[in-house]
Amino acid sequence: MADDVKPRVKVPKSAAVGEKIVVKTLISHKMESGQRKDADGNVIARSIINRFTCDFNGENVVDVKMEAAISTNPYFEFEAMVPEAGEFKFTWYDDDGSVYEDTKTIAIA
Amino acid sequence: MRKLTGLKVPGALLATLLATSAVMADPVDDTLTINGETEIVVRTAAPEHLSGAMSEIMSGWLFREDDTRIMQADDFDNPGMIFVELAEDSWNMAEGSNGKSCADCHGASADMSEVRPTYPKWNETAGEVRTLEMQINDCRTNQMGAEEWKYTGNDMVNMTALLASVSRGNVVNVAIDGPAQSTWEQGKEIYYTRYGQLNLSCSNCHEDNYGNMIRADHLSQGQINGFPVYRLKNTKLNSAHDRFKGCIRDTRAETFSPGSPEFVALELYVASRGNGLGVEGPAIRN
Repeated sequence: MADDVKPRVKVPKSAAVGEKIVVKTLISHKMESGQRKDADGNVIARSIINRFTCDFNGENVVDVKMEAAISTNPYFEFEAMVPEAGEFKFTWYDDDGSVYEDTKTIAIA
Repeated sequence: MRKLTGLKVPGALLATLLATSAVMADPVDDTLTINGETEIVVRTAAPEHLSGAMSEIMSGWLFREDDTRIMQADDFDNPGMIFVELAEDSWNMAEGSNGKSCADCHGASADMSEVRPTYPKWNETAGEVRTLEMQINDCRTNQMGAEEWKYTGNDMVNMTALLASVSRGNVVNVAIDGPAQSTWEQGKEIYYTRYGQLNLSCSNCHEDNYGNMIRADHLSQGQINGFPVYRLKNTKLNSAHDRFKGCIRDTRAETFSPGSPEFVALELYVASRGNGLGVEGPAIRN
């Protein structure tokens, strides 16, 4: 696992059915591109988050493939309409095989 | 040569261009509430010792663009909070030969809300005015048996950001009388001394000319209630002493070092000019 990786998510605690809500996600990650060299001229190995997904009550909502040009601390913001109370599950996949997860529950107001 | 025939500027757009060309550098009239709950004092009456110099003190937040101000109003949007979370980890992590963490003595970081507003502060045992950074390093070496952090290093700046973040909602209140007075006088002397080839003192910009433009930027009052600040230009947290250094460097002078007695005195004086403003750190500035 890369150092200092910490997922953060912001989802409203409740929403009306069919209301458009804003979901913000950020994961702190250095996103080493694999294009850089260290002081001795050796290539620094690529180490990025390569995929981000969001599921709601088990159903996939967002699935993003990420490439090396994405900068440090990738941030995704998207809108969602919630049909029922339930749980958002967020998953980030690291190059080194680590998987970081976070969940947020939302109630119907 | 091609002629620019099809180019038309609609009247409305032209009017907008003309209106915005007269750039105002005045502070905006706005209030800051963090996460919709914590109110921050960004404008208040100047402390007594400033009488004659200025009547109202204003946070640098009021001098920034709308986008920057909005970003600071929500902890999720505030990139400085990433570093606060890192510091929270290190707050709870035991280090050094005594195997103690900050939390072992001080409890939860959230209980430290009275600390940031009163620093720099006179330390009776040491017989000197200490900044928060000096106190943190004292804790690390004497209580934890750990190594000192570099004065403006990442670990240190992150930790001061954590301590500032839990103090938001409180107002700056540093003591300038009693044993701290001579240090405060020294800081005041530095504030009003002209430095460098450009022959500028702090007051030339931040007291005489706040609200005016300095090249393309708005001059603020140079308050440090928002430090450490996340600067959009270098995308990291910056300590007050690093900012002092940058300012003095811009006057084309040899600067004092971060952590030097001169900057400690200056920090006390500048902090006292903001007595009454809310602690904002980690604030966002450009």
